[in-house]
Amino acid sequence: MRLAWVVAAFAALVVLLAVGLTLNPREVPSPLIGKPAPAFELPLLHAPDKTFSHKEMLGKVWVLNVWASWCPPCLVEHPVVTALAKSGIAPVVGLNYKDAREDALRWLQRNGDPYQFSVQDTAGRIGMDYGVYGVPETYVIDRRGVIRYKHIGPLTPEAARDKVEPLLKELDRAS
Amino acid sequence: MRASLLALALLAGSAWAQDPVLDKRVAGLAHELRCLVCQNQTLAESNAPLAVDLRNQIREQLKSGASERDVIDFMVARYGDFVLYRPPLKASTLALWIGPFVLLLGGALLLWRRIARRRVPQPQLSEADHARAAKLLE
Repeated sequence: MRLAWVVAAFAALVVLLAVGLTLNPREVPSPLIGKPAPAFELPLLHAPDKTFSHKEMLGKVWVLNVWASWCPPCLVEHPVVTALAKSGIAPVVGLNYKDAREDALRWLQRNGDPYQFSVQDTAGRIGMDYGVYGVPETYVIDRRGVIRYKHIGPLTPEAARDKVEPLLKELDRAS
Repeated sequence: MRASLLALALLAGSAWAQDPVLDKRVAGLAHELRCLVCQNQTLAESNAPLAVDLRNQIREQLKSGASERDVIDFMVARYGDFVLYRPPLKASTLALWIGPFVLLLGGALLLWRRIARRRVPQPQLSEADHARAAKLLE
């Protein structure tokens, strides 16, 4: 009887640790999922005299990718973002976060520019509204301008294949 | 020109430092909020660029008349309850809040049962035993 108790307590502890230790503590669930994407109007990276507003994307399913030239993991995810953009499932817009314009342009020139276009968030104020804390971050936004998914950190091929692409296709069908 | 710029900079610098009440409020809030980048530090302790931005954001908002509650709501809307060093009492955090007390109660119960079981039973003496004892003590 007593042995049964000890075994049960031990098993409970094992389950607790098994769940707890496999969670990623860096992944903070975003409170923005299911909420309207925060409004912004920012200058285009390639043509700073023109601006882009989130409203222009209403009616479209799109991807917002937060990147910076100073961010090594952005280089890691670069091929994945490029493949996603090339697949043509949805437009991929870049949010150039807390970066210097020349550095950002040079980075795109050196590594290739996967984005439909990028906007400049020099002060990081829009990034703050989007709850950005670990560049790169990737958002999927639906036709009504609602954030449906957020990926924190470099977009992995698995996440792109299993989460982002299926979601984009599904949102595309549900028009 | 240069002198006036310097004077202006000094003036701005002193204005920055001359609001101890605001400084205190900013510091108070910064100690309550978690830095998302280095998760076991508060915004006050961290020097990550995001923490600096958020501290400036707190200062700006307080300066323009926002209350502590407003600033906390602003942070929670963007980063979730996780930014709070004191998590709110909700269905999902119930275990966090009452768990320790449940464990304490369980431990106390276990201890109590143990002690109760260990109590030495009173020896039962028969009439004959009493008689024998009395005889021996005589």
